[in-house]
Order: sequence, then structure tokens, then C-alpha cells
Amino acid sequence: MAQSNAKKKPVGAMIVMGIISIALYTTLLLKQDLISSTFARGGWYALLPIIMAFVFSYFHGSFTGNFWTVLGIEAARKKKEIK
Amino acid sequence: MDIMTNFINLDAITILYLFGVGFVGGLVSGFIGSGGAFVLTPGMMSLGVPGLVAVASNMCHKFPKALVGAMKRAKYGQVDLKLGIVLGISAEAGVLYGAHIQEKIKAAFGDAGSNLYVSVAFVVILALVGGFVLRDAWRTYKSGNMDTKEKAGKLALWIQSINIPGTMVYFKSINARVSVLFTIPLGLATGMLAATIAVGGFIGVPAMIYVLGAPSLMASATELVIAFVMGLGGSLKFAMHGLVDIRLAMIILAGSLFGIQLGAIGTTYVKPFMIKVVMGLIMVIVLFSRGLMVPVYLAQLGLIDKLGEGTVKLLKNTSFAIMIFALLLGAFIVLRAMWMGRQAERLQHASGALEHGEV
Repeated sequence: MAQSNAKKKPVGAMIVMGIISIALYTTLLLKQDLISSTFARGGWYALLPIIMAFVFSYFHGSFTGNFWTVLGIEAARKKKEIK
Repeated sequence: MDIMTNFINLDAITILYLFGVGFVGGLVSGFIGSGGAFVLTPGMMSLGVPGLVAVASNMCHKFPKALVGAMKRAKYGQVDLKLGIVLGISAEAGVLYGAHIQEKIKAAFGDAGSNLYVSVAFVVILALVGGFVLRDAWRTYKSGNMDTKEKAGKLALWIQSINIPGTMVYFKSINARVSVLFTIPLGLATGMLAATIAVGGFIGVPAMIYVLGAPSLMASATELVIAFVMGLGGSLKFAMHGLVDIRLAMIILAGSLFGIQLGAIGTTYVKPFMIKVVMGLIMVIVLFSRGLMVPVYLAQLGLIDKLGEGTVKLLKNTSFAIMIFALLLGAFIVLRAMWMGRQAERLQHASGALEHGEV
């Protein structure tokens, strides 16, 4: 889908966030035994999966948001709040 | 402290499967505020993940997904943060109470009793609420008033008219003051449903629309705030017992963050009644899926004659296939509505007839 306005696309931000996101997921999968067993120890270790969820959602969320923008898929250019 | 050591092995196919279901679930959640969990939890269990780990891991992907979705939809002016937090806190209490009831039922009637309770709750609630939502969407469609501003119904207007001193709070989505004595039971019901069938939004969103008088788009966006509050508390509770398989949660999150962004964008292209169409359709289809499982659990409890192994397998597979169909249909409607909205916008732009407001 092509972009119909001339707004600058966040290609740089998408690439940076994408690289960080891939690095996070690669680390998780390569060290999965250590990470999943540590994170499932319960008690105070419960904070680890919560922190990880926030960190992943920040980087991967920024990447996916920019990904659709770069593809030209953006919100409709009409009034923002429908009430 | 329960420490789960039987986490499944992940291969490329499993990762792709979780990513794909996460994407479709996220797409629907971004649009109607919830959904996906009813396929993700049984989907993980079909891979050999123990039930509680599946529920816990689903919840641990839900709160970051809901956070990203809520932030995206807040940019479009669709989120009522105050209403989301007020309902979210009471929903958290509802989750704890709902889980307590589940434990009691499981202790008294075993796994089959617990499953029967969940299925009956699914069927009854989805039939009542889903039927009502779908009927309302159909009426709007038939009346041809799809473009007109949504108005609060009689029940919502009555609730808005009641003044209980010391409990009144102004909510921007409703544009009125409502007593928290009305919002608290709604939050509790949302949380109890989330603890029972994993999709609290099937109560939360219709409650905000029909009981409080919020517009559909704001109700579905605000549900994401509720899902975040509920999901965060629930994940912490499960993680304290070592039940979260962080790999599953993060892989599903990888797909669902692509989906939720797209679903949120989709809401800006559609007429508000489409939220009701998608939600109502999914609810009614899922109702049939769960209804198929009722005889299986009744037979396990000895309340009806024993079913053959082949029959049980057929019912289970059909039930799961119908659930996947519900989710895919929801995703298809969202994508189609978005595509058509974009085409219409492009045509308008091209003809220079772009009449309305802000860019």
C-alpha cells in the first residue's frame, strides 16, 4: 500500500528499533533455558518477566509502529475523535 | 512455591504458529479491545503447555500488548484513561474472586466440573451479551444510521441521571458524571469473566457502551487500559508461582504487537458500529464452539451417557476449529473495512472533495 502524503517516513527509527528488537529476541531464544528457569523461580523473581515484558513492548512496539508507518499504513486523516 | 520445570521445547514451526496466532489475536484486540485469548490459551495447550502455564503466559503477553494498543489509540483520542483505571482496579478484584470460585469448583467437582462451569459461563454470557450486541449492530445497519453520532441508550441515561453524593466521577468518554457504585460492579464482572473465560472485554466493552453510555470506539479503546491493569496484576500473581513461560509470552507478543498496531489504525477507518459487528459475531461464533464441548464435560461428570473416544475427539477438534474461524473472520472484517476505508479516503483525496476536518 503506497503512502499518499509526503510526510517523512521513520525509516531510521524503524531500523534501529528493529535491530534492538531482533537482538532481544535472539538473546531470549539463545539463552532460553537459563532465562525461562530463572524467570520461573517465583517470589521476587516474578519481577523479571514483568520487566522483560515492558522492555520488549517498548522496543518491539516502537518497531512495529514504525513498520506500518514506513509501509504507508497510517490512521485515517479525518477527525480523530468519533463521539 | 510451585516451580514449573516442564516448559515445552520450541521449534521453528511452534514459534511461527505462536507468532501467527499472536498477530491475528492482536489485530482483533487492537480493534475491539479484547479477543485472541480464547484461541491462544487452548492453542498453547494443544502444543503440550500445561493449562495454568498457558493462562499465565497468555496474560503476560496481554498486558504489554494492551499497553501498546492503548497508547496508540490514545493518540486518536479514543481512550478514557480515568474510566479504564477505575474499571481496571475493580476488574482486578473480580479476577481474584473469579479465580477463587474456579478453585472451589475444581476442588468440589474436579477438572470436568471446572471445564463445564467455564463452558456454561461462555455459552450463557456470550448468548445474552453477544446476541444483544449483534442485534444492536444489525438494527443500526438496517436503520441506515451508521454515520450518525452514537447516543446513550435508556439504561445509560438513567444511570447517568442518578446522583449519589460522594461517589460521582466525571468520565470524558461518557461526558457525564456517573457514580462509581455503578462502575465497580461492571469492573468486577469484567474481571470475573476474564478469570473464567480469559476474555473480560466481552463484558467490559458492552457494559461501557450500553450501561454507561460510552461510544463504541472509546469503549473498545478504554478496554485496553482495563486489560493492561488486569493483565499486569494477574501476570505478577502467576509469575510469583513460577507459572509464566516467558518465551511463549514474548513470542506471542512479537506477533501481537504487529497486529495491535494495525487493528488500532483500522478503527480510524470504520464506522463505529463495526466494533459491535466484529465483537458480536466473534462472541456468537465462539458460543457455538464452547457449546460443542458441554456434552463432553457432562459425560465426564457422569451426568449423561459416556461418549465414544472418536466423538470426543471430533467435538474437541470442531470446537477448536470454530474458535480459530471466529478469530480469522474478525481479522478479515477488520482488514476489509480498513482496506475499503482507505480506498474511499484516497478517492476523496484524489477528487479534491476532502471536506472534513483535522489532518
